[in-house]
Amino acid sequence: MTAPLLHLDRVGLAFGGLKAVSDLTIEVRPGEVLAVIGPNGAGKTSMLNLVTRVFRATSGQILFKGRDISRLPRQQIAHLGIARTFQNIELFDAATVLDNLLLGRHRFGGGPWWAQLLRTPSLTRLEEEHRARVESVIEFLDLSVWRGAMVGGLPYGVRKVVELGRALASGPEVLFLDEPASGLNPEETRRLAFWIDDIRTDLGITVVMIEHDMSLVNAIADRVICMAQGRVLAQGSPADVQAHPDVVAAYLGG
Amino acid sequence: MRFDYHTRYRQSFALLNSPASWVLYGLLLVALLALPQFLSTYMVGELSYVLILCVAAMGLMVLTGFTGQISLGHAAFVAIGAYAHAWLMAQGLPMIVAMPLAALIAGFAGLVVGIPAIRVHGLYLAMVTLAFSVVVEQVIGLWRSVTGGFTGMLVARAELFGLSLTSPRAFYYFALAVVVLVLLGLLNLLRSGIGRSFTGVRDSEAAAYALGIDVARVKAGAFALSAAITGLAGAMMAHHIGYLTPDAFTLLLSLDLVLMVVIGGLGSLRGAILGAILISMLPNAISALKGFLPAAMSRQFGLEIFVAGAVLAFFVLFEPRGLNGRWLKIRAFLESFPLYRRDMFRRQKTYMKSERNR
Amino acid sequence: MMGAFELFAQVTVNGIATGAIYALVALGIVLIYKATEVLNFAHGDILVFAAFSAWALMSWWGLPFWAALLIAAGAVGVLSYGLDAVVIRRIAGQPQFAGVMLTIALAFMIRGIVGMTYGTEAQTIATPWSGQSTTVLGVAVGHLSVVIMLVVLAITAGLWLFFRHTKLGIAMQAASQNQLAAHLNGVRVKRLNSLVWALAGATAAVAGIFLAPIAFVDTSLWLITLKALAAIVLGGFGSLPGAVIGGILIGLIEQYAGVYLPHGFKDIAAYLVLIAVLIIHPRGLMGEAHGRRV
Repeated sequence: MTAPLLHLDRVGLAFGGLKAVSDLTIEVRPGEVLAVIGPNGAGKTSMLNLVTRVFRATSGQILFKGRDISRLPRQQIAHLGIARTFQNIELFDAATVLDNLLLGRHRFGGGPWWAQLLRTPSLTRLEEEHRARVESVIEFLDLSVWRGAMVGGLPYGVRKVVELGRALASGPEVLFLDEPASGLNPEETRRLAFWIDDIRTDLGITVVMIEHDMSLVNAIADRVICMAQGRVLAQGSPADVQAHPDVVAAYLGG
Repeated sequence: MRFDYHTRYRQSFALLNSPASWVLYGLLLVALLALPQFLSTYMVGELSYVLILCVAAMGLMVLTGFTGQISLGHAAFVAIGAYAHAWLMAQGLPMIVAMPLAALIAGFAGLVVGIPAIRVHGLYLAMVTLAFSVVVEQVIGLWRSVTGGFTGMLVARAELFGLSLTSPRAFYYFALAVVVLVLLGLLNLLRSGIGRSFTGVRDSEAAAYALGIDVARVKAGAFALSAAITGLAGAMMAHHIGYLTPDAFTLLLSLDLVLMVVIGGLGSLRGAILGAILISMLPNAISALKGFLPAAMSRQFGLEIFVAGAVLAFFVLFEPRGLNGRWLKIRAFLESFPLYRRDMFRRQKTYMKSERNR
Repeated sequence: MMGAFELFAQVTVNGIATGAIYALVALGIVLIYKATEVLNFAHGDILVFAAFSAWALMSWWGLPFWAALLIAAGAVGVLSYGLDAVVIRRIAGQPQFAGVMLTIALAFMIRGIVGMTYGTEAQTIATPWSGQSTTVLGVAVGHLSVVIMLVVLAITAGLWLFFRHTKLGIAMQAASQNQLAAHLNGVRVKRLNSLVWALAGATAAVAGIFLAPIAFVDTSLWLITLKALAAIVLGGFGSLPGAVIGGILIGLIEQYAGVYLPHGFKDIAAYLVLIAVLIIHPRGLMGEAHGRRV
């Protein structure tokens, strides 16, 4: 049994009296696609926000590759190789798709400030390098048509893909997707399933997705965790979890 | 129709990417260099003032247009740059040393404002910067030992490597050189990692954090950079005015700078320059206009400020992307001719949603 | 010679008196902000316009104080309604920054109009209470100040009741949070917003006309907008009682600074308070906390 890539160990998050997450223990294994399901308010996005340090855990530990990250400053998480998308798309609306993706490359450094100021040849080469890497993401996600378009005016489905691309551009080891299929039609959802599969298999990235769309979960998830009221309700293979009586009662319905 | 045939990535990030652009900007440069030959000394002086304001506007644009931090008090940094420069020269430092030093001092002041301002957003930031500007104006008046207080302070003569810059023409070329250098430097910064992180912070802080951008550092840095550039403009202004008093740096100057940046078009350096040109030439244009107005109206003071307000209102209501937006639309028209679509830039109807929970 | 206590008491009374004016100005700004989330930078200029108009009514047409007050307040209310209906309404849905810019533009335009119509010389208005004061326990209390405080109290109470207990007031609050949703629920949002502007304009007029006898009426009076902003920030953004409390506190702080702190602090006291509050405790005394869900 390989060591977990990410380990939330009895993590708790309380806002005053309200407990968003309590005694939460989740393991993410390397190379898997893990789906997190559950009713609204179960604490799924809170869990994601805890890992990415939008919130500070009030108890417990979060271990990434054995190292406790629960007290790290928020902006250092990406540098560890943890990327995410957002439930309500957080794109840079006033920039082009290309610029959004290039910003994904931020963690690889933009060169020393004086080189940027003077636009030295080495900096131009660095910019070309970033552009080349981003182009591979564009090709992977079929975004070529939209490359120079302003994100603000794009259709919803495309914006979701751009956000996925931006997360991929940051070269993560583990990718968190917050409701990636919400608002997508069945064709787009199928395409998303193929991409997630490729991300896991070809790119070797571990994927954790919070999702309500059970067809997507069944299609590609290796393992499913169901959360409710800030705790883990059940975990296992997709079939097992969906048949679990507690899960049916709390979320899926009969 | 214009098509780009690029074979290397670097061609797409080049500043001038078509022969036509090279020719046009080349001609512009030649025209700017030749201008003093054809204009009166007074007009050359006016142009120098416009150039100084271009620098100040670019400074504010970095902060408000590119990093999304409102500042309604940038006159404070102009003042700090001006007084710092005058004081340093009074201590005997040559202009070539005093000016960058003054810019650094202004930049440091920007940091002093920027660091506490990290947690302050939108409207609140507007008010903090406004209050800061008023406080600085008062402090300048009260700190008589350094600034000469309300009576004022004389500025030493401008001199660069032994050449006197006191003639309007010489100062014009100096100002032009500064504008070009600042513009190129900023253009380079803004198309690199630093510039991208500015716009990232502007458009979505949450996403910026998630991509590893140190938002606090970027904001503070943007404030410092913006203040330094504006301070540089202040130092130049010190020579242009010759005698510094606090009422050259009032709230009205802050608001003028904001007008330049907004009317010019937020998020573009071209906009900063266009806006600076429009706003600084406005008083001259209005004086020319006064001849056509009924005597009663033109006699009273107030027409200038009314027109400035009307121009701003016009742009906010009908051309929110500013002069730069208009430029881009015209360019898009020319480049896509004859396939330009009438509603290419149509704005969608939006409804007010509370920004209290931003 | 005034004893230390009498000095303190006198300064306090002066502080409350000037504070009441700030409170009145602040109320108008908060009104508009509560309803439309637009911070009206033109408020001070509307105030100056009203004051000058009242002065003109009194000195060019010889009207008595009360008539001038009512006519000016009414006219400014109507004009403010028009201002919103014709100009401000058009930027609904755009980010807050656009509203700030537009009100700054309007501020400039109104200031220009005042300059062109009324000139730039300072004027003053004679009220029935000008120059009269009573001495209570060794402290001089101007009758005008008492009247101002009563007016502020009355207006505040009226507005508070209006927002809490009338359908119109609740509708205004709904519209301020989500225009589209309010509209879909039958709230006549556009009309309401213009009404709010009319109300705010009228309070600005009252504030300006009462302020005129104390501070001369001239174009630099618009700076009072900034002091009012400090009051709003201190009291808590979006809170009507907060605006009043903040206004009075700012008035007091200024007067105390003038007497007990070194020279020059009085002029910047209000702004220092604003900066300090926004950085340390942005909610102010009675404001609401804001957060964003990601």
